[in-house]
Amino acid sequence: MSFYGIELSSRLLLGTARYPSPKILAEAIEASKAEVVTVSLRREAAAERGGQSFWSFIRGLGVRVLPNTAGCHTVAEAVTTAHMARELFDTPWIKLEVIRDDETLQPDVFGLVEAARILSDEGFEVFPYTTEDLAVADRLVEAGCRVLMPWGAPIGSARGLNNLYGLRALRAHFPDIPLVVDAGLGVPSHAAAAMELGYDAVLLNTAVAEAGDPVAMARAFALAIDAGRTAFAARPLEPRDMAVPSTPVLGRAALG
Amino acid sequence: MRIFVNGDQHDVEPRTLALALEELGYRGKKIATALNGRFVAAVARPNTALADGDQIEVVAPMQGG
Repeated sequence: MSFYGIELSSRLLLGTARYPSPKILAEAIEASKAEVVTVSLRREAAAERGGQSFWSFIRGLGVRVLPNTAGCHTVAEAVTTAHMARELFDTPWIKLEVIRDDETLQPDVFGLVEAARILSDEGFEVFPYTTEDLAVADRLVEAGCRVLMPWGAPIGSARGLNNLYGLRALRAHFPDIPLVVDAGLGVPSHAAAAMELGYDAVLLNTAVAEAGDPVAMARAFALAIDAGRTAFAARPLEPRDMAVPSTPVLGRAALG
Repeated sequence: MRIFVNGDQHDVEPRTLALALEELGYRGKKIATALNGRFVAAVARPNTALADGDQIEVVAPMQGG
């Protein structure tokens, strides 16, 4: 699997927020085998040292970073944040979020497409956090996105895949674009289900960070993602309405 | 001159963004900046003039999802 020409062997992208401690975060990243972690930006006062120490910590883990534009509600905010992230993290990758609704953190897909076009034109490699809407996805690809990240469910909701039909249709419509389910997953079976649909990867944060044992949960998600991907490659059966006997009936003893 | 850094008011002498950040104690820190909502690259800070009432954002790396 590759994102913008970068080959990756892990299909799990992990968020770095909300862990009980930096030590547990580091152990969770290791247990997840993630090669890409998401990061963000925040205001920092002159006397604070949090930003530098977090950056040193992440660099020490040897993983690739995907900065986000979390919290941005307008195209202008997202574009400026992306520029600041590119300079701070020294990467053209940007997880583009333009949020419309604060209750559901539903993306403003109109602003998202506009920001994606501006940033792609400026040389960014955009990972748009979007819905499963096909037409929006089409516009994002038109705008220059070479990865799409539809939500499974609202961020942090742990509801899993809310619209299986929509996600399946998206996969069928974009066979050659890497698709990542981003947000809303709660348990490893949700991630396995996404991979069984043929999704290329899964992006997680809260489901791991806020589990009772984040390190064990990171490992469980990694196993589920491997299982789901292996199952997809093995071409699963299609569901059917009627029973089909698994034991052959030919040669059955005639007993009555 | 009165400027606002991350929403807080400061009275500074310097006329450029680079000098103002230095006076405020940001020298050598891993930060990115925006002036009145627009990104200002580190290399452009010495040539970026400030005006009374300017809004400066100074951000640093943090955890994110």
